[in-house]
Amino acid sequence: MKKLLLKKQIDAFSKKAAKTAHPRELVVDLLREIQDRNGWVSDEGVELAAQILGVTTIEIEELATFYDKIYRQPVGRYPVHICDSICCWSRGGEEIALHLQQQLGVKLGETTPDGLFTLLPTCCLGGCGRAPSIMIGRRFYGNLSTAELDRIIEQLREEANR
Amino acid sequence: MSSAPQLLFKNRIPGQTVFFKDYCKSGGYQTLEKAFKSMAPTEIVEMVKTSGLRGRGGAGFSTGLKWSFFPADDPGPKYLVCNCDEMEPGTYKDGELLAADPHQLVEGMILSAYAINADVGYIFIRYAYDQQLRNLQQAVAEAKKAGYLGKNILGSGFDFELHLHGSAGRYILGEETALLNGLEGKRPNPRLKPPFPAVRGLFGRPTTVNNVETIANIPHIVSGGAEWFKSLARNLEGAGTKLFGLSGHLNHTECFELPVGIPLRELIETYGGGVWKKRKFKACLPGGASTPYLTAEHLDIALDFDPLEAVGSRFGTAGVTVFDDHSCMLRATLNLLQFFARESCGWCTPCRDGLPLVCWLLEKIEKGEGTKEDLQMLKQQQQQITGRSFCALAEGAMGPLDGLLRLFEQEVIDHIQKGQCPF
Ligand SMILES: Cc1cc2nc3c(=O)[nH]c(=O)nc-3n(C[C@H](O)[C@H](O)[C@H](O)COP(=O)(O)O)c2cc1C
Ligand code: SF4
Ligand code: FES
Repeated sequence: MKKLLLKKQIDAFSKKAAKTAHPRELVVDLLREIQDRNGWVSDEGVELAAQILGVTTIEIEELATFYDKIYRQPVGRYPVHICDSICCWSRGGEEIALHLQQQLGVKLGETTPDGLFTLLPTCCLGGCGRAPSIMIGRRFYGNLSTAELDRIIEQLREEANR
Repeated sequence: MSSAPQLLFKNRIPGQTVFFKDYCKSGGYQTLEKAFKSMAPTEIVEMVKTSGLRGRGGAGFSTGLKWSFFPADDPGPKYLVCNCDEMEPGTYKDGELLAADPHQLVEGMILSAYAINADVGYIFIRYAYDQQLRNLQQAVAEAKKAGYLGKNILGSGFDFELHLHGSAGRYILGEETALLNGLEGKRPNPRLKPPFPAVRGLFGRPTTVNNVETIANIPHIVSGGAEWFKSLARNLEGAGTKLFGLSGHLNHTECFELPVGIPLRELIETYGGGVWKKRKFKACLPGGASTPYLTAEHLDIALDFDPLEAVGSRFGTAGVTVFDDHSCMLRATLNLLQFFARESCGWCTPCRDGLPLVCWLLEKIEKGEGTKEDLQMLKQQQQQITGRSFCALAEGAMGPLDGLLRLFEQEVIDHIQKGQCPF
């Protein structure tokens, strides 16, 4: 099994934590790093963060479950955040969400059987001028049409197969 | 197209980012050099005060006044925190600014910290702004290398270190005290005020929280002068320029830097290219999801804090979302309320329980299953939530509801009488 974090990552955080007067300020950074490497933050991930920063697991857990971009459950390789806020809604956001569900055969909140895509509704992505928009992982896609969506999905499938 | 004076978007080329070399070529960091040599911190605070700059994060409080409350002489660490959470639907201006020209914010942070005598700065950046975070990482590293950050900056004896904090979602972190909890690695519920952050903020120390655009304006004010900045506005009481983020049913949904006080009609016609699909203007949110609607009767209003408050709305963040005449305002309001209900931090009852109830009522009426009693209950809920929540999130959620009930009550009644959505 692959390690939750590489030793050099753990060392870097431990060093930073020792240097700052308030190690807790690193929690979100650390959770993001654990997630980047593992795709999500497992119970073991929460425990590891607690160990590195010298705080209790519950103090980590109440943050990990508060932030919606920290996943406490496994997600697909490509978490698809579909904006359902007002500007995207006003320019066809609902169609985008529907199309994705139809094309991928899963509902919002679910992951495709091949483990590639998880559909997650999200609030505004700060791309209101390019509505409707989605974010896949940390990549932003705006001015979407259903045809454009199909192309993106196809591309990512190819990328995953490579 | 825009002949309006460009300060914040002076260097902006869409799709590109200006870094150190080009920023300096266009005059970057010269204001900082000049100020550190020839200006006392209190002079800058005074200048910002007379410039009339009002906070660009939504509340519109006078920046100079806020700074003048800051205990600059308090010994020990003091913080300047920049709020780049920017998660209110319709608001994307700070993201555009940092995508184009991140050094403006860095120079602004150093100048502002010098003015209020803060020795540590944080920039809090929302999750979705990954590119902006990376731009800032590069800009901060470049500024450090040039000697603009760190110890004894430019031989002034002033020290300032600047940290970046990437967030992981949730709108409530934009509320300044929730943001401070978030920075500290605590559960980001808002804090009780008072004590205000200026007295007890980050890690219990004096802290000023300002918006990205607010801080990016500082170098321009210091360089051009308070009077010049004030004169940039179209209306008498206004000051400066403003980043307007256009969205919704317009032909061009882009972000423009325009004078404060520009009339809504001009913004929509000249810059937004008019309402899309040759349709008519019905309503807009003038400054983000929490600002009550404006209608066609408000088209000639000057977009600024006071004029908008006078008609029962707010300038907010100047993220203008337009709705055409085919829009169901009840459905739009439901969408907005669903946003606030989902983003509630859950701390207090009026918000945690009240907003879902409002959503339930709106949805019921929208589906054509509403009764007159439901409308009464909606009004009752509005009254019970307003003024009773722990922070301003629920107050903001009442903005669009107030707009709906005040300006479009007939539309709500139509839903009830027809037993279906009339649109
Ligand atoms: C729910 C909520 C969300 C907010 N989100 C933001 C935000 O994303 N960015 C921001 O600058 N201010 C936001 N604010 C306002 C801040 O609390 C604060 O007033 C502002 O950052 C002060 O900066 P300014 O005086 O420069 O505007 C929010 C307020 C509330 C109540
Ligand atoms: S109004 Fe109350 S529940 Fe809502 S976000 Fe503010 S503190 Fe949290
Ligand atoms: S509303 Fe979808 S990106 Fe802002």
